[in-house]
Amino acid sequence: MGAEATVRNFNINFGPQHPSAHGVLRLVLELDGEVVSRVDPHIGLLHRGTEKLIESKTYAQATPYFDRLDYCAPMNQEHAFCLAAEKLLGITVPKRGQLVRVLYCEIGRLLSHLLNVTSQALDVGALTPPLWGYEEREKLMIFYERASGARMHANYFRIGGVHQDLPDQLLEDIGAFCESFPKVLDDLEGLLTENRIFKQRNVDIGIVSLEDAWNLGFSGVMVRGSGAKWDLRKSQPYECYDEMDFDIAIGKNGDCYDRYLIRMFEMRQSNRIMKQCVERLLGKDRGGPVSATTHKVVPPKRSEMKRSMEALIHHFKLFTEGFHVPAGEVYAAVEAPKGEFGVYLVSDGTNKPYRCHIRAPGFAHLQAMDHLCRHHLLADVSAVIGSLDIVFGDVDR
Amino acid sequence: MDETLHSLGETIATKLGDKLAGWSVGVDMVTLEVTAATLIDVMTLLKDDGDLRFVSFTDVCGADHPAREKRFDVVYHLLSPKLNRRIRLKLETDEVTPVPSLTSVFAGANWFEREAYDLFGILFRGHPDLRRILTDYGFDGHPLRKDFPTSGLVECRYDEVEKRVVYEPVKLVQEFRNFDFLSPWEGPGGVLPGDEKAKAN
Repeated sequence: MGAEATVRNFNINFGPQHPSAHGVLRLVLELDGEVVSRVDPHIGLLHRGTEKLIESKTYAQATPYFDRLDYCAPMNQEHAFCLAAEKLLGITVPKRGQLVRVLYCEIGRLLSHLLNVTSQALDVGALTPPLWGYEEREKLMIFYERASGARMHANYFRIGGVHQDLPDQLLEDIGAFCESFPKVLDDLEGLLTENRIFKQRNVDIGIVSLEDAWNLGFSGVMVRGSGAKWDLRKSQPYECYDEMDFDIAIGKNGDCYDRYLIRMFEMRQSNRIMKQCVERLLGKDRGGPVSATTHKVVPPKRSEMKRSMEALIHHFKLFTEGFHVPAGEVYAAVEAPKGEFGVYLVSDGTNKPYRCHIRAPGFAHLQAMDHLCRHHLLADVSAVIGSLDIVFGDVDR
Repeated sequence: MDETLHSLGETIATKLGDKLAGWSVGVDMVTLEVTAATLIDVMTLLKDDGDLRFVSFTDVCGADHPAREKRFDVVYHLLSPKLNRRIRLKLETDEVTPVPSLTSVFAGANWFEREAYDLFGILFRGHPDLRRILTDYGFDGHPLRKDFPTSGLVECRYDEVEKRVVYEPVKLVQEFRNFDFLSPWEGPGGVLPGDEKAKAN
């Protein structure tokens, strides 16, 4: 019997407790030596039935579930649901509310990208970036806490606007953060961008062509990495993104390294958007409502309830029955840090969503694992997972 | 906005001809109604036509309307980066009639169709690997159907004696509370309490 005959394929389980699986991912890998010949991701270990739960709750009670999807950038998810419901209700958010939303969405983008870029580095062997990244994330989560009272599960975006106005001091502190943050990005780039090991592990790994990227349902950084000039904030602007001055980065090769570079660039642009928001919130758009003034949807303030009978009735109705949303169906998508996060909402005219489908970017990205990892080495699997930017909260829903 | 959507709908309707069962302009986008027989042709045309180029696959999902004869809606969303427009396609089916799988046109439909199969029990013909995806291994039932209870049917725990995870019927310590605050005056087609007597007289 020659040496050839003793070689056989191996099936191995990667996860669900593997640290570089970024959560509860179980990959069944078929290996030919060290080369991956098939990947079968098993997901659903974190499935909580969010869509089913939303069907038995009123519209206002549904927003907290969205925090728990992609828990790296909670408010971006709430945003998609609020936009969908607002489209059906036909209400617009006042300018100050829009600016606060944009500000917090960009904070969310920083939170998510910081975690992703640095853990991608960790997956390929660098320990320092996550430590540095977490320091910044901590500061950002404190901004979350100061606005909403919660570090992660904020439930700050409400249908019609945001829950409360931001104090000036908080805005000034965010402004100060924006001044110091680019230095941290410089440091991170100094560690990674030209790092020999990081490049060896990421350049030309997990290449996806633009045609395949569209076909596989990719969005966000994953299509931009392959060269698509496509960012929902630019191409289908929602809120006041069309008034913001920012650039988008586009990759050339569609590999893991390009996606890393795009995320780094996006963080600088987010910082730029945040600065503009802070400037406007403290200057031109200081004062004014942060949510729509119709009390048929937005509950009145506590102080108002003490004086006005009508406000009291509105409050009671909104917190028991909730508001009715006109019958119809709508799809609203936002450019979440991980890609296009969409909500398909079907309303039957009552106070509860009839159907709420959540289109999670990570779900579409993860299904391409087989396409991306085939004929790569086993070690590249973790690099590809890192650059896909998946979080199981939103893959499993 | 409405006018451009209308003209887009008309363009598509002329291109597709009788393959289309109908179209309308919804709150946000053009909605095409298709049938199982023409789905693949319609999708291929939307994707490959030089003027349309709906190349980006967004999602497939189900919706359950138990009162209807064909209880499921299968809803597809596509995006054309060229036109910067989205489009929605709808298809009706029931528990036993399979829908052609879209995986041959859009590879990205694979998991979304598995999800629709898992959560609704919608069958897809020609799908390469129609397994459950989100629910547990060995799960029974289709949880997003309206007749499936929110609390589920089974619960699991680790059995210290048997040294394995065991499944048992759900036992709720407190009864499942479904807060229905819907005002009887505003509900869709509800009969007000007491009105049924008035009719009988």
